[in-house]
Amino acid sequence: MRVRDSFSFSLRALNGARTRTWLMLVALAIGVSSVILLTAIGDGARRYVNDEFMNLGSNLLTVMPGKLETTGGQPPILAGSSVKLTIEDAIALTRSRSIRNVAPITMGAAPVSYQQLEREVDVIGSTASLYKIRNLEMNVGRFLPVGDASRGQAIVVLGAELKTELFGNKKAIGERVRIDSQKFQVIGVLKKEGPKGMGMSLSDAAIIPVATAQTLFNTDSVFRVMVQADGPAAMARAEKATIDILRARHNGVEDVTVISADAMLETFDTILGTLTVAVAGIASISLAVAGILIMNVMLVSISQRTNEIGLLKAVGSPNSQILIIFLLEAIMLATLGAIAGLILGYTIVLVLAAAVPSFPISVPYWAPIAATSTSLGTAALFCLLPARRAARLDPVEALTG
Amino acid sequence: MIQFVNICREFQVGEERVKALREIDMQIKDGEYVAIMGPSGSGKSTMLNILGLLDHADGGQYLLDDEDTTSLTEKKRAALRRRKFGFVFQSFHLVPRMTAAQNVELPLNLDGILPRERRRRVGEALEAMGLSDRANHKPNQLSGGQRQRVAIARATIMQPGVLLADEPTGNLDSKSGHDVINTLEALNSNGITLIVITHDPALGDRAQRRVHMRDGFIEKDTSNF
Repeated sequence: MRVRDSFSFSLRALNGARTRTWLMLVALAIGVSSVILLTAIGDGARRYVNDEFMNLGSNLLTVMPGKLETTGGQPPILAGSSVKLTIEDAIALTRSRSIRNVAPITMGAAPVSYQQLEREVDVIGSTASLYKIRNLEMNVGRFLPVGDASRGQAIVVLGAELKTELFGNKKAIGERVRIDSQKFQVIGVLKKEGPKGMGMSLSDAAIIPVATAQTLFNTDSVFRVMVQADGPAAMARAEKATIDILRARHNGVEDVTVISADAMLETFDTILGTLTVAVAGIASISLAVAGILIMNVMLVSISQRTNEIGLLKAVGSPNSQILIIFLLEAIMLATLGAIAGLILGYTIVLVLAAAVPSFPISVPYWAPIAATSTSLGTAALFCLLPARRAARLDPVEALTG
Repeated sequence: MIQFVNICREFQVGEERVKALREIDMQIKDGEYVAIMGPSGSGKSTMLNILGLLDHADGGQYLLDDEDTTSLTEKKRAALRRRKFGFVFQSFHLVPRMTAAQNVELPLNLDGILPRERRRRVGEALEAMGLSDRANHKPNQLSGGQRQRVAIARATIMQPGVLLADEPTGNLDSKSGHDVINTLEALNSNGITLIVITHDPALGDRAQRRVHMRDGFIEKDTSNF
């Protein structure tokens, strides 16, 4: 049979059994679209985390009290530590030439109120350097003033969201808000960051001088010290300088953990990249299920078309021709199913992207290729067995059966 | 020219082996009109299947136009079926989703003949069967007699030397049956070899040669000449 005739024969057969064809198309389309959708979400998560780290600022080191040991004990990220970092430690770090900015951070939750309105928010104690380190921008007013970090003033910079919640459209600069029981003067409002922040959103936070925060939370230590190296090339030197300076200050004991944001980003990137592939694998299971469905439906179809197969043999089709006809049916189905699935998948991704603009959902370039080839592969593979059975039918039995 | 030399065919039915054909020797010359007759189980269907290369013998030799078919590959047997034989079945065996014209066209398709040539030949064949106005009808829109004539058109479209008809009137009323037989006999008088299986003696008597079968043997082989 000529190639075109084989195609039109198979097409006619698909057209002749509409329900069966639709059933298989839907199964394949769901499989393909779920691969597209899940990989898009996975890859979106990866980009999201990436963006978050970009937001944190570049060339950053985070210094945490306590040494991350490979044996015993809880990691310092989770547990409190007996070791303390102080404002003086932070100030000492600024002496290194590899380090551009240092910001000590003290954090806690406290009620912030203005007139009758009260909000329980994160109160962050830091210094003027946080502005540069976090790439912040002011909406109005100014950030914490440069000066002696150990001196506490009763001034506060409000996050954009917090400002709106407390003041609405009214002017906030110069007003006094109450944090816990102390009064603070509002000196600035941050620009809206966009809905980001990874647990460190400054949009719904109040920023006060670090010394004031220590008084407020009744502590003499700081929670973290953020260190910005003097350019990417200085990262390693800055890390070493940080450890050396702090060791010298802590009686020769290396009792802090220094994490670079880039290293964390790399780790996250690897984890989420792997996750995306894993999710794609899970989604392919639905394609395998579709494949088994195809096999079943093909087997049923062949038993319904036994007479036709017998006739084809009687009018002189060799076995190979019958194999081709059935495989073509499966491949055409898979192609149509893949196209439908791609359209469906991309549509859902577009809708999601429009509905949740903050989440950078997008289909990775390899997903449609992987989905289409898996769908074609499963269809051909799972159809091979039924098609071979059809091709090998005994013509006499097929005609009478 | 068909030659059977000691053709045997056995089937396994449950525990026992049934001998459907026992050492059949037979010759059918080009252009003959042969009726193969006998009760059911006599081996006449097996004979037709082997004749048409749908089935193969367990023993003996089958020479088709002096070519030994016993050792041919499946592909060559398919090609011989396509070019040398036309089959007409009791239950028509039209593909239900295809129109009359498409059904008739099928063997041409399989042989890789070009669309223009196919259209011409299908048109002619349907014309000859008086079915030009039914070309685009599906089988379920046709009467039994019309369906069998579509099947005959399909069986003859490749201009085969031999037409094999297995109870061609079995599913038809007597008038359509008569029409179908007339059609087949007309084809025979134009030179095609016509081999009809039937258990209807009236139909068998119309053939110039009658082969009576019983229990896998040829019981009687009579000719009008």
